[in-house]
Amino acid sequence: MSDLRNEVMPPPDSVIFADGLTKRYGEASAVDQISFNIKKGEVFGLLGPNGAGKTTTILMMLGLTEISSGKISVLGYDPARQPLQVKRRVGYLPDSVGFYDHLTAVENLAYTAKLMGLSLKERTERIADALKRVRLSDVAHKRVATFSRGMRQRLGLAEIIVKKAEIAILDEPTSGLDPQSTLEFLDLIRHLKAEGTTVLLSSHLLDQVQRICDRVALFQAGHIVLMGSVAELSVQVLGAGFVVEVEAEGTGIARRLATIPGVSNVETVAADRFRMTAERDVRPDAARAVVAVDGSLKRLSVDEPSLEAIYARYFQGKASGDMRDAA
Amino acid sequence: MRREGSPFQGVGTVFAKELTDNISSARMLVLELLIVLTALAALYGAISNLRTNTAEDPFLLLRLFTLSSSPLPSFVAILGFLIPLMAIGLGFDSVNSEFNRRTLSRILAQPIYRDALLIGKFLAGLATLAVNLTALWLMVIGLGLLFLGVPPGTEEILRSLAFLVIAIFYAGVWLALAMLLSIVFRSPATAALVALGIWLFLTVLWPMLAPAFAQIIAPPDPRYAALGLQTPATGLWSQFLMRVSPNDLFAEAMLAILSPTTRTLGAVFLDQLRGALMGAPLPIGESLMIAWPQTVGLIASNIVLFVAGYILFQRQEVRA
Repeated sequence: MSDLRNEVMPPPDSVIFADGLTKRYGEASAVDQISFNIKKGEVFGLLGPNGAGKTTTILMMLGLTEISSGKISVLGYDPARQPLQVKRRVGYLPDSVGFYDHLTAVENLAYTAKLMGLSLKERTERIADALKRVRLSDVAHKRVATFSRGMRQRLGLAEIIVKKAEIAILDEPTSGLDPQSTLEFLDLIRHLKAEGTTVLLSSHLLDQVQRICDRVALFQAGHIVLMGSVAELSVQVLGAGFVVEVEAEGTGIARRLATIPGVSNVETVAADRFRMTAERDVRPDAARAVVAVDGSLKRLSVDEPSLEAIYARYFQGKASGDMRDAA
Repeated sequence: MRREGSPFQGVGTVFAKELTDNISSARMLVLELLIVLTALAALYGAISNLRTNTAEDPFLLLRLFTLSSSPLPSFVAILGFLIPLMAIGLGFDSVNSEFNRRTLSRILAQPIYRDALLIGKFLAGLATLAVNLTALWLMVIGLGLLFLGVPPGTEEILRSLAFLVIAIFYAGVWLALAMLLSIVFRSPATAALVALGIWLFLTVLWPMLAPAFAQIIAPPDPRYAALGLQTPATGLWSQFLMRVSPNDLFAEAMLAILSPTTRTLGAVFLDQLRGALMGAPLPIGESLMIAWPQTVGLIASNIVLFVAGYILFQRQEVRA
């Protein structure tokens, strides 16, 4: 029996809530004691190398694989006991999604729409509408066998739109797509978010995740090692979030720049180039500072914190830490 | 832990989709042609045989099913051999192809249980086989009417209907086996090869092996051999082992149903036959009683094989 006093209750605005979620295959744990909380309307990214436990976590959310221990609730339902309730409200686009090749796009969607329990009228309307949104109306009556990977991926998204899902779970949605299809797909995800759909997406393509996610969770060997918005993570891992580069001529610029609140470090790269590390975007203050010492400002740029840098730094730190432990 | 909702939600949708796929597939067309052509040849043999040797026979229509004219075996024997092929052709890739096409996780993410997918697929396969067998049955009756010119009696129709029902259950056994193998083996080619191997073993090799095993288990008594008789224990064992094969169960049930003079399918003592009018047909109820154990055996094999597949499928991981 679970101890009621110890049970953690999900926050009121949470749509997916996991507490101590664990999946074991024999001795090995694919997912080990992870806890997270996804708020309504946000785009949440599951990041990490292949085999880190992202897909297993997703399958547990849908009740498609058994939970070894811990708790998960999706929209207030328990996926292990009420999978139909969960699956009625959650759309899932699996990693490299497949369709029945001998059927057309419309027929494929009609089959799943029937499984969703939609009436003929609703089905026809929603399918036509969804295909229009993912720009597949022209090929609606073509066999899926002729579709490219990007088109299949968009057809999978159309299925989620047909479902009018409250949560869209996308597993590696952009892997294997060409840059143009990727941009289009990310745009479609943004539209979903604009309509109030909560989006959960897993990926190992860091820059894309950064472009679109409000918050990310970094998976490693079945654990969530980092979680938060990109800005939060950069402060946590890199020590500071923003790198502002100033190119200006004048005297005493470096000293003046260092006095700006929030700036942790000023590096003089060349005689007229300075690199500042700060916890916020300090460009306006930097401009004022240069003007204050009568310098001539030539260029001002900011490097947004990159997930790639965070990722690399985190695993670097981890590796050297492990080496120290081993020694 | 009880799960919520009906396991049958979505069965109808899966059934309709799979039935459409089955009936419109090229594979099915080839199998149908194979069976119809072989069956036609067998029927032609039976009809020409009946026409030349017309004796008075109250069960002329049933003779169409059972009469063989060499070199072709009878219609029923051909069905006993080819129905499994058709069922295997329908079932060997039913589950593993969903894995390989990567459609399984997408379908199971819809609000249905896995039960619905498996039950829908099995019922659709069974319905396809039933449609085909019914068409064959109608063909036999139609050809009988055309070429023999004798309208079938009520009892003949009832007996041939019993044949149809038992044939569908027989097909179900092989369909359930093929689906089980499609769950066990991820590659459709492996599943098909194993299914065909089992089919050949049970229909061709087992009838030869069973008597050999029976002789090992119960060695023949030389005293019976001296009289030119089979040792009862050996005979019983041989029959018992033969019945492991659904092919044998089907053949025995057909013998009882389609040859109304059949009084028993096993060995009997002479005193059990006392008072029997040898060669007189049994009423249909009695024939059904004789065929009932074999029919139950076929139905039970259906259920056992399907349940085995069901349990494995429920425990299988969805991710490819």
